[in-house]
Amino acid sequence: MVSAIRSLWAGDHREGLSDGWRRATEDGPVPLGHKPPPKAHLDPHGRAECDPMIYRECGVFKATYKEDMAIFPIPLDRWGVGAIVAAAVVLVPLVANDYWLGSILIPFLIYSLATLGLNLLTGYAGQLSLGHAAFMAVGAYTAFNLSSRLALPVLLCFLGAGTVSAAVGLVFGIPSVRIKGFYLAVATLAAQFTIEWVIAHVPWISGGSVLGTIDTPPMKILGMAINTPLKKYLLTLFVVLVLTLFAKNLVRSKVGRAWMSIRDMDVASEIIGVSQFRYKLLAFAVSSFYAGVAGALISFCYLGAVQVTEFELFLSFQILGMVIIGGMGSILGSFLGAGFIVLLPIFINQAVRLTTGVLPTDLLSNIELMIFGGLIIFFLVVEPFGLARLWHTIKDKLRLWPFPY
Amino acid sequence: MAFFMEVLISGLLAGVMYSLVALGFVMIYKASGVFNFAQGAMVLFAALTCVCLSERFMPFWAACLVTLAAMVLVATGIEGIVLRPLVARPPIILFMATIGLAFFLEGLGQAIWGTEVHGINIGIPDNPLPWLIQRGLMVSQFDLVAALIAGVLVAVLVFFFQKTRTGRALRAVSDDHEAALSVGIPLRWIWGVTWGIAGLIALVAGIMWGTRLGVQYSLSLIVLKALPVLILGGLDSITGAIIGGLIIGASEKLAEVYLGSLVGGGIENFFPYLLGVLFLWFRPYGLFGREIIERV
Repeated sequence: MVSAIRSLWAGDHREGLSDGWRRATEDGPVPLGHKPPPKAHLDPHGRAECDPMIYRECGVFKATYKEDMAIFPIPLDRWGVGAIVAAAVVLVPLVANDYWLGSILIPFLIYSLATLGLNLLTGYAGQLSLGHAAFMAVGAYTAFNLSSRLALPVLLCFLGAGTVSAAVGLVFGIPSVRIKGFYLAVATLAAQFTIEWVIAHVPWISGGSVLGTIDTPPMKILGMAINTPLKKYLLTLFVVLVLTLFAKNLVRSKVGRAWMSIRDMDVASEIIGVSQFRYKLLAFAVSSFYAGVAGALISFCYLGAVQVTEFELFLSFQILGMVIIGGMGSILGSFLGAGFIVLLPIFINQAVRLTTGVLPTDLLSNIELMIFGGLIIFFLVVEPFGLARLWHTIKDKLRLWPFPY
Repeated sequence: MAFFMEVLISGLLAGVMYSLVALGFVMIYKASGVFNFAQGAMVLFAALTCVCLSERFMPFWAACLVTLAAMVLVATGIEGIVLRPLVARPPIILFMATIGLAFFLEGLGQAIWGTEVHGINIGIPDNPLPWLIQRGLMVSQFDLVAALIAGVLVAVLVFFFQKTRTGRALRAVSDDHEAALSVGIPLRWIWGVTWGIAGLIALVAGIMWGTRLGVQYSLSLIVLKALPVLILGGLDSITGAIIGGLIIGASEKLAEVYLGSLVGGGIENFFPYLLGVLFLWFRPYGLFGREIIERV
């Protein structure tokens, strides 16, 4: 019934239009500021030849509000994302070996999640944070304690990790109401050092071991033990997919728009009635939630152990680097940036080894450090808006293809 | 009470050492609006270069001069390779670039000079002065000399800023890039000078801290000691860096001695940050920082 009405609606809509207008809608709406295709491309009946339109809004009719609100209005986007997810779920488990799963794909997914969290805070809400790793540590230790003390199911532990982390993030986000810019960035370092200290000095949290390293309890979901890299990969993938979908929808909603208005100009957004207090703190909470889940995943699915040294300041900078290199204010960019930083040391290592042969390890690690720093600078100079911007450029070109502009 | 005074004074003197590092930040932030995270790496690089040169090739004073030249070279390189292409980018991009720079300089310094720990001996004994012991205070001679050097450095900088032509140009640039450019101040040269001065401060800080801790990788981490000093004093104020350093140094030592023993020690690492945040809550631009008035 509903679909019948919908098709009737859509049909009616187009039926009632004048002939010329109808042709225009069939050929798709012409984006503002773009020239219509030249006459030569019209066939004898005066209708535009149908180019193999790879990627454009052209011909995508939105007849319902639901269609208008779709995440990926363009079919190729839908297919592309569907294909990537399908490949990640089906193809990767068939092809990848344990090294790839355990040492590259799982950390890539987890760091993507952490980067996504920081991107919500820094890229969307515009609040610079240097304490992200500490919130990951909170998540890791919460998940560990929930799992070992209360023996909660794994997914509940992750949820709890996120929630506790969000609460802690909320507390450390309070200065953001008064402080801005680099002052705020340094203030967030307070979170980093305070949380590190608390974890190291409260035996109840850290399980009492001196170095703070403890193995995570075995994971089980519905009675099935999660013990191989493949199962851990699939668990990580599931969590990351769900949270990515949530983030994507969040930034398209009222909350996301409020964040972006704060990022673009907080004074102006406050004047039009966006509560700075509510939305800045919400940004810190959501961001910390993601960090907490990512931290729990790192210790449960990647390292198999909880240790406070894993969540030091360097990790905060790495994740900030992933956000900036991937592209601030872009969900896709979070994944690209994480992929870049996870793969970079491996590439550098291989490249240095292939070109120079055997080097002393400390020299090698210093050269790696130099290349890493140099590449960050190079990248910022060449593409200051991140990898996601490259994808945008490609998209814009595809939309106009085969015309140059 | 004597014990309290001793802790206080040693804290204040440690604070002067923090101020030394913070000064480098302030210089660059004032002149180019860049929050230079690489200052710590510059301290390490300068100290490593200086100490290795003096160990292998030349007397100490010559090594200092050569290092200074090297720092100016590095500054010129930074200006040309990093800053110029990133002019007019958002501050966070520049900040990230300096993080990359920090990695690069740490790697470069250690790749050239190796990773072992070096000691510097600049001929100042690190033991208490006799006439102070008689008055019941244990204050290291070295700390006093460090404070003296920092004082001289600040005096020279202030003179340079207030009384010389270049100093006036620097102040003009820090006030407004575009206006300075339009009255004919060469921005590139000014930035070169600024980073060169930051290099000089890094060298002084590197020698002083290197004497205290030994010249090694962890020297680049003193940047983390300077950051709370910065936010407390204000990112763009030389006075702020000094006063902030004194406040942080004194309160950190007092807190460690009187509070730390109650909760298990080690609170030196995060206490300054909490103190900085507390100050910022009441003065969002630090004690002496310039307040930014925003309009829609």
